[in-house]
Amino acid sequence: MSTLPPKLTELVEDFEAVGPSDRLQLLLELSRELPELPERFLDHREEMEQVPECQTPLFLAVEVAPDRERRVRLFFAAPAESPTTRGFASIMATGLDGEPAADVLAVPDDFYVRLGLAEAVSPLRLRGMAAMLSRIKRQVRDRSAP
Amino acid sequence: MPPTPDTDPKFTEYAHPERLVTTTWLAEHADDPGIVIVESDEDVLLYDTGHIPGAVKVDWHTELNDPVTRDYVDGARFAELMSAKGISRDTTVVVYGDKNNWWAAYALWVFTLFGHPDARLLDGGRAKWIAEDRPMTTEAPARERSDYPVVERDDSAIRAFRDEVLAHLGKPLVDVRSPGEYTGELLHMPDYPQEGAVRGGHIPGAASVPWARAAAADATFRPRAELEAIYAGEAGLSPDDDVVVYCRIGERSSHTWFVLTHLLGYPTVRNYDGSWTEWGNTVRVPIATGSEPGRVPGSP
Repeated sequence: MSTLPPKLTELVEDFEAVGPSDRLQLLLELSRELPELPERFLDHREEMEQVPECQTPLFLAVEVAPDRERRVRLFFAAPAESPTTRGFASIMATGLDGEPAADVLAVPDDFYVRLGLAEAVSPLRLRGMAAMLSRIKRQVRDRSAP
Repeated sequence: MPPTPDTDPKFTEYAHPERLVTTTWLAEHADDPGIVIVESDEDVLLYDTGHIPGAVKVDWHTELNDPVTRDYVDGARFAELMSAKGISRDTTVVVYGDKNNWWAAYALWVFTLFGHPDARLLDGGRAKWIAEDRPMTTEAPARERSDYPVVERDDSAIRAFRDEVLAHLGKPLVDVRSPGEYTGELLHMPDYPQEGAVRGGHIPGAASVPWARAAAADATFRPRAELEAIYAGEAGLSPDDDVVVYCRIGERSSHTWFVLTHLLGYPTVRNYDGSWTEWGNTVRVPIATGSEPGRVPGSP
């Protein structure tokens, strides 16, 4: 369990500490906290990758800093009418933004199971979260290749 | 006494205009005692970000599906759900939701399995209500509990099961998924995780009519003449047909079921809710790939 970055661990523990309906409230709060897209992406949506598995328009962009730790920056765009997708994106942003590439790549693909959302959000929709993580990892790999 | 139907001129062309209401009608009747507004969305959190004042939420995943078996709730659970929401057997239920009423139509289809007499859709759904700047609230509605009777679900008229679909091969089928899902190519993209089927393609003989074609840009249903051109003209359906519609898990096809049944008046339309997640994972059932309906096994 020590493979999750510290902020993601904290989030997972927050979800584990409460019951199913409070988990949804937590996800709703997170959806409101998803950071705005920086201006440089606003006019360049084509530089972002779409995540069709979310069944709702979600775009993500990944940057890997040229420093020694190759820190990862994550950017998301999802409309207000898709709060669940925004909540999932916000979990990624809160838990993984600014972390070293190696730590992002080490996050288990099924970490989201520990959030305990399967009862409230259908398993089919939860796969959107898995897809988001796998696309983030693929971009991190592509962008940190020597 | 049930509220007067909406007499909007567009609706009068439809076969069962009493199954639809406009946003204007709903704004006028929202507080009528015999009406309960139900929001049903794909997104489980959307209702909590704001809903039509007084509307209750019905969640397809946690409330309409059985939590263990892949099936809908039984009569007792449905009665409990309705009672908790303050819905009686004689209530006029007006359902609306996100994404062209996709999930709202699914909820209405499930209400129909239990024979709820008066269930209507809000034409244009959540999107149109918001686009018209009508009131929304995050305040939870205070509805008194009701006493809904236990009515057993009747799956015979509007629901189709796998073996029935196998026996139906050669008769009209409508696949309402996207063109990529229909041809089978979506399952073959490398490195892209997909929802649940090990084989791609469609049921042999099925016509491809993506569900959202029935909706106009403002999420309302297209006028009858345009719907006739799509379903009778392009897909070659006729009201005498015994029609089965399907998608991936039966939600998008509920929307098409509503269009064929209530707007065009086809009397025999069943929704195959097992849909592609069942068919595409079932051993030895026939599958067609590519953009043509394909040959039905055993036919000349």
